[in-house]
Amino acid sequence: MGFPDRIERTVDVAHPPAKVWAALTTAEGLSSWFGNEAKIDLRPGGSASLTWSGGFTADLRVERVEEPTVFGFTWHIYGLPDDDPRRTYVEFTLEPTGASGTRLTVVETGFAQLSEDAYRKAFDGNTDGWAKELGELVEYLDAA
Amino acid sequence: MPPDVEAIAEQVFVALADPSRRAILAELAAGGPATATDLADRLPITRQAIAKHLALLSEAGLVIAEPGERRRVRYRLRSAPMQVAQQFLAALARDWDGQLDALKDHLDQITKPDTQKPNGQEEEGGDPR
Repeated sequence: MGFPDRIERTVDVAHPPAKVWAALTTAEGLSSWFGNEAKIDLRPGGSASLTWSGGFTADLRVERVEEPTVFGFTWHIYGLPDDDPRRTYVEFTLEPTGASGTRLTVVETGFAQLSEDAYRKAFDGNTDGWAKELGELVEYLDAA
Repeated sequence: MPPDVEAIAEQVFVALADPSRRAILAELAAGGPATATDLADRLPITRQAIAKHLALLSEAGLVIAEPGERRRVRYRLRSAPMQVAQQFLAALARDWDGQLDALKDHLDQITKPDTQKPNGQEEEGGDPR
């Protein structure tokens, strides 16, 4: 209790699913509301990236593409080291409503996951970080 | 949800709630491993208080004592629990409300090409995290 693993939001928009789908799954759409620049290879396993004006970039991996109802991707958890394997899964679901509306649901899950490796690191006495990295650099330089 | 995640995050937040412990962790993060004496020299905290806080932080797994002779023992930060707490903060910092508002605005604008620029409109270009 207290540690949110799942974030869910639902919004109703007065636009048909095809239009919402384009906003979610094309570079042009994504760069208009999500990031400042976007690239996307729209197929399961394809990669996508979002870049913001501050120079921050998020790399996405496309997971589900079921036009025009389900679009899912995973991305890195902000603040964790780049090599951390933990990623959250984001899934957009589009349902038509009325004559030309869409109920859009976004669910992001995985914040509370603790991978086997992270579990071990969090609990055992294994110490890593800069001291270890620098030690490895010294060994590398010594060997060269 | 694994209860362990909750327990680890809680220890981090409890540790960070105390200004002296926050100062000790910040000093170890900024300057690397240090002895209790080093920390007492650098921080406006008595050596006795530092020893007490280091014992608590060590018990919680947030710092680890490097092997060494008594009073020369250096403490270093353990980053793994911090990364667990970071996941909690990442969930709180995710701004889907703002992003979905931006999506709605975008959809409204592209349906009114006569009154709005068809593309390239300036949205709040913030990092969503």
